[in-house]
Amino acid sequence: MLKILKYSFYDLIRSRWSYVYFLFYLLLGFVLLFLNNDVSKAVITLMNIIIVLVPLIGTIFGVMYYYNSKEFIELLLAQPIKRSSIFLGQYLGVAGSLTLSLVLGLGIPFVLYGLFKSDAIFDFSLLLVTGAFLTLIFTALSFNIALSNENKIKGFGYAVLLWLFMAVIYDGLFLMSLIIFKEYPLDTFSLVATMFNPIDLSRTLILLKLDISALLGYTGAVFKQFFGTDKGLFISIFMLVLWTVIPIWRLSYKAKRQDF
Amino acid sequence: MIQVENLYKKFGKNEVLSGLNLTIDKGGIFAVLGPNGSGKTTLIKSILGMVVPNKGDVSVSGIAIKKNWKYRQEIDYLPQIANFPGNLKVKELIRMIKDIRQRPSDEQTLIELFKLDSFLDKKLSTLSGGTRQKVNIVLAFMFDCPLLILDEPTTGLDPASLIRLKELIKKEKANGKTILITSHIMQFVAEVADEIIYLLEGKIYFKGSIEQLKKKTDQTDLEHAIAAIATTPANA
Repeated sequence: MLKILKYSFYDLIRSRWSYVYFLFYLLLGFVLLFLNNDVSKAVITLMNIIIVLVPLIGTIFGVMYYYNSKEFIELLLAQPIKRSSIFLGQYLGVAGSLTLSLVLGLGIPFVLYGLFKSDAIFDFSLLLVTGAFLTLIFTALSFNIALSNENKIKGFGYAVLLWLFMAVIYDGLFLMSLIIFKEYPLDTFSLVATMFNPIDLSRTLILLKLDISALLGYTGAVFKQFFGTDKGLFISIFMLVLWTVIPIWRLSYKAKRQDF
Repeated sequence: MIQVENLYKKFGKNEVLSGLNLTIDKGGIFAVLGPNGSGKTTLIKSILGMVVPNKGDVSVSGIAIKKNWKYRQEIDYLPQIANFPGNLKVKELIRMIKDIRQRPSDEQTLIELFKLDSFLDKKLSTLSGGTRQKVNIVLAFMFDCPLLILDEPTTGLDPASLIRLKELIKKEKANGKTILITSHIMQFVAEVADEIIYLLEGKIYFKGSIEQLKKKTDQTDLEHAIAAIATTPANA
């Protein structure tokens, strides 16, 4: 698997898009930090961008890369390599290079800004960790979609729909259900509903770490009680890990049964 | 060498292989023939483990291939359509496959034989179909494996390269290898094949030498014999 990972990683490192993605974050990091001078505000702005952009890029990159490397995969399938190694290697290559672009792109400006001395280091690392998780999750989901759809247009469509659902529609449904069922106690429901969407989960996790949860009113207090504690953090990270592991497991399960 | 037992494969509603049995135990050149869609490529891909059969067993060199991948170390495969990652150079592709297989390889003589020297630094996406097929051939022949599977090896080759390919195949046969070939060029099959395996409707319809085939169908040349075989009763 490491060999496949190496080749797909090199392949991506040489591609222009990895650099565009990296430079975008680099620029964003520099602009936000050095023109803003308020780390906490910069983290919030970054969060808003990361929460939407990282899943989108992960999804689109994942689908595109899978379809583009179909020939490569077919070539490898006839070689003495385990099937799951081929797909996991490719997946980790894409997810790894995207994560690297994100972490380096945002990390460099923060290090230059002197983050290690500031007390925002924890918030910021949490931001990078959730960003990395979102990349892993959405790349894995998109690989699953691409593997299940021979037709590129369909696969691409489903992948974009998935992103749209997770990033926008889910929140809409969530809010609507809150309004419709407002007569009932909804604390547990909202907590659970948040857990089932990795984007919402990441957002809530970061917001509550930033001590602005007072703005969120009563529900905010319930959330703070849950996410603010170590147990809440642990459970949230656990959910993110589940969100990563399940699609990867399905990917290797499906890959073993697919005809090429 | 290869044993296929009661193999079934469906793609959707389309049953491609229906209870196919095949045993190949000695070296030599076996031509897998049959009309379009008769399951030639599916059979080959089942042996390679690229297609997962619905039912039945395949074993190569006595090892069942199900949930196994190490047996592919003993197989060289030439795919029908030479699809390669386009952004790699020919040199890089050869190096990569060598790195993956970790076996002694003899690519230099093949590169010279097919005059690919000047293409080594070119990207695969810029190559013509015939040149790509030559790269494909180099990749398939550069390792020394006891089983060679060639799916339409002649596609896109110029006459000079075709002659070299035939020599190459005969040389490998002389080394005692088992070679499985599919082709629609009967002249090519007649020249190289020892035995014909004719597939029809997902089963083996005929297996035997070219002479037996001609006798059975009352034809004097292979092309007509193959064209006539489907209309001849199986036990004639």
